Amino acid sequence: MDEMFKPSRRAFLRGSAAVAAGSVAGGAAAQTPDPLITELQDWASYTGAGVDETPYGLPISYESHVIRRNVEWLTASPISSINFTPIHALEGTITPQGCAFERHHSGAIEMRKEDYRLMINGLVDRPLVFSYADIERFPRENHVYFCECAANTGMEWAGAQLNGVQFTHGMIHNMEYTGVPLRTLLAEAGADVNLDKWVYVEGADASSNGRSIPMEKALDDVLVAFKANGEALRMEHGYPVRLVVPGWEGNMWVKWLRRIEVVDRAVESREETSKYTDVYADGTARKWTWVMDAKSVITAPSPQMPIAHGPGPMVISGLAWSGHGQITRVDVSRDGGVTWETARLGKQGDTKALTRFYLDIQWDGAPMLLQSRAMDETGYVQPSKDQLRAERGENAVYHNNCIQTWYVNEKGVAENVEVS
Amino acid sequence: QSGAAYGLGRVALAEEIAAWDVDVLPDGRGLPEGQGDAFSGEEVFAEKCASCHGDFAEGVDNWPVLAGGFDTLADEDPVKTVGSYWPYLSTVWDYIHRSMPFGEAGTLTADETYAIVAYILYSNDLVEDDFVLSHENFAAFEMYNTKGFVVDDRPAQEYAQWRGEPCMEACKGEVEITMRSVFLVETPEVGTES
Repeated sequence: MDEMFKPSRRAFLRGSAAVAAGSVAGGAAAQTPDPLITELQDWASYTGAGVDETPYGLPISYESHVIRRNVEWLTASPISSINFTPIHALEGTITPQGCAFERHHSGAIEMRKEDYRLMINGLVDRPLVFSYADIERFPRENHVYFCECAANTGMEWAGAQLNGVQFTHGMIHNMEYTGVPLRTLLAEAGADVNLDKWVYVEGADASSNGRSIPMEKALDDVLVAFKANGEALRMEHGYPVRLVVPGWEGNMWVKWLRRIEVVDRAVESREETSKYTDVYADGTARKWTWVMDAKSVITAPSPQMPIAHGPGPMVISGLAWSGHGQITRVDVSRDGGVTWETARLGKQGDTKALTRFYLDIQWDGAPMLLQSRAMDETGYVQPSKDQLRAERGENAVYHNNCIQTWYVNEKGVAENVEVS
Repeated sequence: QSGAAYGLGRVALAEEIAAWDVDVLPDGRGLPEGQGDAFSGEEVFAEKCASCHGDFAEGVDNWPVLAGGFDTLADEDPVKTVGSYWPYLSTVWDYIHRSMPFGEAGTLTADETYAIVAYILYSNDLVEDDFVLSHENFAAFEMYNTKGFVVDDRPAQEYAQWRGEPCMEACKGEVEITMRSVFLVETPEVGTES
């Protein structure tokens, strides 16, 4: 954590004056002139990097903490595992692809566009094979959507577990996708699109990750995507083609998409029976829990983002999203849910996309129990963990969209807690 | 059905569809001809599966447990296995045939897969060791937890009660911290390489 607040090496070499001056920058009156201002800095004198130095750049080294992280003990193998987006350190809504979370079941595979094939078969007039180049010749659309793993926040069902919003809520990313509507490809094959039909989708990887999607959704807003945030998909996100299933659990966003089969019933594959089914307290389980319900979390302050500046004006920043449509409102509580204030949205929320919210406060230095509560366009209000547990028990594994609490102490250090 | 609008792509050949369309439906459609018994399945399992899943499908280390756990689904720590949880045998066959062994997926023959599935059923005490599983008797096999699943009922159970104007003032009494994460697990230290 401390590395974020370290003075630069240059400032460090100049000694304590720089640190002392730095600490009062923005304060009422400087006691001594700030050498970062009064002394000629290297960067204001020497030259920087040439335009030929970095054909494709990475973030500056001072941001090296803004990376994916994994938690070894969560899974048996890093090949069928998860890592986490550093949402504590991000702003706005678009997730940089290079640190957007990964979830694989048999690793991230490497496939050339030339080797890519997409098959459509089953209840179709013409079973078809498309090359990658074929996909790019269909009319395309652009949309921003969140992809949230069904298991996001899943470790938190039974209690406060992992101490950081990256770990509790970071199985999510939000990108601008370019792709072809699935309905366009179904029409090209002459698919039977009666609403009692299903579409079974699978990937080219060893796990295949096959899932069944009802025809109504397949015809609605599902995209066969080949670009994200302006460029080709990253290998680990399904290069060269993945499925985008807006608002629905991330498992259905099949990567390295190789086959679309029109079937007369759900396949009930492993990923929709053994996994991605949600066990209730009484031992029965929900299946086909596709939609991700309205959810929010405060990203700063949070355990990885303590308040470093002391009392005074500060920004509470967070993310809200809903698989049912637009986020219309986010409320924030500083006292553990006794009183709530309505935050402002960074901008009008896109449907089924991350939405940024802010509450600008004057912090008096007293401890806070911070919570956020999202509302979506259907009027659904994000529930508390107790409300969710009362409905489902503690073993649902997936779909934990509970209100998160951060305890912020008088020093500004934040902690993942549960409250009464 | 309509005609192709763009004329893109080409017709998939039967051999190509056969190579990729290997999914098996709960009613057994999609199964290839073949058979295998639990007794010979034990040998295949020992060779190809037991290093992770254990000799008796009980799981090694963190690797998935395939057998046992009956009637634990309502417990504090449910044990969800093929026997105790999976609703359809088709899924077992399909998933093993397609995606196992982990790291060598797609290498099992149909007969090997039948035998492994028969052995997993035996490990779950659902059949005797002379049980022969084939494409012919497959669909008749009933799994233990087939009726254990309901289709997503959140709209009726939850959405109705959680819509509406939420409380903004004096929403509850005194608030106490009931659980703190730092007492429970290690979170990777921030600032170190992961």
